[in-house]
Amino acid sequence: MYNHSGFHFVKKITILGLLILVLFFIPTMNVLAQSGNPPTADDVNAVAKQLYCPVCENIPLDVCPTQACAQWRETIREKLIAGWSEEQIKQYFVDQYGDRVLAEPPRTGLNWLVYILPPVVFLVGVFFVYRNLTKLKRSSPNPENIEEPKTSDPYYSQVEDALKSLVEAEKD
Amino acid sequence: MQNPSSEENTQKRSLPTGVVTIVFAIVLGFLALLAWGLNNAQKGPIQVGKSVPPFTLTSFSGDVYDTAELQGKVIVVNFWASWCKPCEQEAAEMEQAWKEYQPTGEVIFLGVDYVDTETEALAYLDKFNITYPNGPDLRTKISQLFRIRGVPETYIIDKEGKLAGVKIGPYTSIGEIKMMIDPLLD
Amino acid sequence: MISNLGFGALIIAFIVSLYGIVTAILGQRKNNFQLVESARSAMQLTFPLITITAISIIILLVRGNYEVQYVYNVTSNAMPTYLKITALWGGQSGSLVFWAWLMSAFATAVTLRKWDRDRDLLPWVIVVSLITLAFFLIMIIGFENPFRRFWFSADGQEMVAMFQPAGSQLITPQDGRGLNPLLRHPGMIIHPPMLYLGFVSFVIPFAFGMAALITGRKDDRWIRLTRRWTLVAWMFLSIGLVLGSRWAYDVLGWGGYWAWDPVENAAFMPWLTGTAFLHSVMIQEKRGLFKRWNVILIIMTYLLVILGTFLTRSGVLSSVHAFAQSAIGPLFFVFIAITMLVSIALLITRWGDLASEGQMTSLLSRESLFLINNLLFVGILAVVFWGTVYPLISELLTGQKVTVGPPFYERSTGPLFAGLLLLMGVAPLSAWGHSTWKTLGKAMWKPAIATLVVLIGMAIGGVRNPGAFLGLGLSAFVIFITLYEFWRGMRARHKRSGENYLEALIKLAGRNRRRYGGYIIHLSVVLMAIGILGIEVFQTETQAKLAQGESVSLGGYTVMYKSLAEFDVNDGRNVARAVVDVYKDGKYLGELNPRRDYYYDSQQPMTIPGVRSTLEDDLYIILVNWEQISSRGATFKIFHNPLINWLWIGGIVLILGSFIAAWPDAEKEVPVAVSNKRKNQKTQTAASTD
Repeated sequence: MYNHSGFHFVKKITILGLLILVLFFIPTMNVLAQSGNPPTADDVNAVAKQLYCPVCENIPLDVCPTQACAQWRETIREKLIAGWSEEQIKQYFVDQYGDRVLAEPPRTGLNWLVYILPPVVFLVGVFFVYRNLTKLKRSSPNPENIEEPKTSDPYYSQVEDALKSLVEAEKD
Repeated sequence: MQNPSSEENTQKRSLPTGVVTIVFAIVLGFLALLAWGLNNAQKGPIQVGKSVPPFTLTSFSGDVYDTAELQGKVIVVNFWASWCKPCEQEAAEMEQAWKEYQPTGEVIFLGVDYVDTETEALAYLDKFNITYPNGPDLRTKISQLFRIRGVPETYIIDKEGKLAGVKIGPYTSIGEIKMMIDPLLD
Repeated sequence: MISNLGFGALIIAFIVSLYGIVTAILGQRKNNFQLVESARSAMQLTFPLITITAISIIILLVRGNYEVQYVYNVTSNAMPTYLKITALWGGQSGSLVFWAWLMSAFATAVTLRKWDRDRDLLPWVIVVSLITLAFFLIMIIGFENPFRRFWFSADGQEMVAMFQPAGSQLITPQDGRGLNPLLRHPGMIIHPPMLYLGFVSFVIPFAFGMAALITGRKDDRWIRLTRRWTLVAWMFLSIGLVLGSRWAYDVLGWGGYWAWDPVENAAFMPWLTGTAFLHSVMIQEKRGLFKRWNVILIIMTYLLVILGTFLTRSGVLSSVHAFAQSAIGPLFFVFIAITMLVSIALLITRWGDLASEGQMTSLLSRESLFLINNLLFVGILAVVFWGTVYPLISELLTGQKVTVGPPFYERSTGPLFAGLLLLMGVAPLSAWGHSTWKTLGKAMWKPAIATLVVLIGMAIGGVRNPGAFLGLGLSAFVIFITLYEFWRGMRARHKRSGENYLEALIKLAGRNRRRYGGYIIHLSVVLMAIGILGIEVFQTETQAKLAQGESVSLGGYTVMYKSLAEFDVNDGRNVARAVVDVYKDGKYLGELNPRRDYYYDSQQPMTIPGVRSTLEDDLYIILVNWEQISSRGATFKIFHNPLINWLWIGGIVLILGSFIAAWPDAEKEVPVAVSNKRKNQKTQTAASTD
């Protein structure tokens, strides 16, 4: 249950935070746009690095040597001068050239598959390994082992030691 | 396919049918995907004689051209880009051809600017005095529709909306352009 | 004439392969070992035959017979002879011949051994190898014939055909188109053969695995027989991957070494399963566990090899590395489909026979840790596989092309690689069958303290990046543990036999090559990890347009632009070569020459960086652009790549370690001797399976 005043407090904080964010960004955007301080090649590259050349395969825009890529870097520069944010520029490129200019598929719709499937496969693997490793406990010759949670403790290692000496005795 | 060690320790059982089915389903699914990808890679541009799905082009000046509404006219779809050197070879001829056909009202030229920057594209149009409608290929939808391999490529759609001719690479003369359009006119 | 000879040899090789397949199966059916011997001879005959083909192509290439389409496509008069020879694998059809040639060499080598104990396996090994070989041969003969020539037909058409079409005349161009400039690099000369060697030699363990499945043998004989093959395959694949990275670093001019490009991934995936396989076979050898899993791994490795070749060559996935469009796609697809379905079906029918002989007995035992190692490798494989294939799925289902790029792979595989590093430290200390925290702790606490010292040193040195802490900390940990293991063994020998330390070290490694070779490989991997961490975490870059005499600073270096010259070179290049001076702390270090080569024949520009390389860091300068009047200025992109050199050093150490681990034993590999030796070396082994 939410405390009513507490909820207001959260809301206030959020608004305050947003205000600070806006206040923080407006001046910097103005500086970029109006102070006549043109974006450096490094500023352009910082954005270009996150985008992929739409015509060549799998080459980031910041290092692609073709003329087309030089033009796109120029576009980024123009947009930076116009005061666009990094996100806006990326969105512009997506609208113009499609999702493939992004280094990763956008997290929408079907694309979630990219992010979800590998962890799922990995977890299935973890399950199988876990099953294998717990089976060794159950089938262990020493019945006391079963009760013991396996992550512990001096007692467990005692048992382990006993086991080991037993096996070693067997070997000799 | 990727489950580590699904061992049934010391049990000489064979795999349950369910697992076998799933494994084969995954394998066949993957093979189908490969087959589709291969088919796609080997498929050239769309075939002459097939009807072209409608698409819309928004020109740089903001006019919208819907090929569904343009039926009854011969549509010349020319893919180009400002960074494409060979495109420059045919630019003047394309414009000249457009000037000849424009008065008849039977033919429309659509220039599709393939992955380009607007500034450079407008400069290019200016340089060659191109007057027929041109617009960007937003999200490369139109080029994917035609499955183009590069620029320049030109596709000519007849009055029934069927693909009548394809030119890969630049036209070398205005005669070549007219040779492909004239038979489609009444 | 030479064309006909080469082509004829190819056809005969194909027929001989078919003969070998049929006789091997017949011989096995009728229990007629004479027939199997005949199949073995057929297998061995393919090698000289394909050698004739390969040499024919090389002669055509070197002589510049441009009437042959392949020669025309990959060579030109301006190319030096050594590049003309290596153009054998510079194009689609030539590289397929090269593939087949290596394949026949390996398969021949494997049939040269004595087979007395493994007569039942032999026919099936021959069948599987020869089917693979025959498939490649028919692909070459049918679709990618390297001997096709240009003809001018009677009705004035230009055409390409193997034999003279009626009424046509041969066209002999004066010059060829020349090799793709990207491939004219020393690294590119060795890189493809290494990868192919890696790919091809994985066919051998696969063939044995299949033979074991078909015959229903349940023992680990196939694994023991192919252990060295696997290791050699793995080594070649590793060298191929490292060389490929080096090539990208030197030639592609983007300051990196690995782009997670589909084709790179295609070569990386069999490496992942191959590495997992190398580890997990040891579990089967020592403990009789995971038989099914080992078969699954080798099937996956082989399929990934074939799949990688298919993806590179059929144009299904788009990539910078892709070969030109080719007609081999459908045939290749059928081969993949059949191989997949048959091998999986075989595995399923034998599933029940391949049950484990023993059980896991301890959570910290070597086999448990190896199991986790396999899990991590397969996890990485899942990420890489899915990332490579997803663009295809996206296009199929939504029509939208997407890029799955480095951020995805780095984020998802990073933790898994970290886990592998940790295991690389811990697993060698644990014993087969049984280990406890206590024994592990005993072996680990000293290296752990040394690692702590390194971490504190890093913190004092100003490192703040958590990834660097984790990665470099783990690397240090593994290095200390491994060196400590060497030290312990050395000291034990020294005390017992009074040998001096160096002698003790050499004898120690010599007596248990597999183990200490493995340690050295681990060290090499850690060195590579350090190089990768260095460039991934600490790389900085800047771009600047410099007028003559102006300079820019990055990573403690100062780069001053001196001059630029543009000139033609007689091998068909136009070179724009800049001269920059490099200073560090005010001290002059020398000049670098970043340049841009433009190849007239292929109309392709290449950016060759100027690199100053030290153990500590690389200064990597790319010429981006320049003014017509060069004194006005040029634009440079400068990367500071710390530690990257350790990646290449690690590569060399890896070769060394692989050689030590794979070097054949002096004594004959008699089973009794093997098991005796094993008991001697593994005094800790609790339960042995034999």
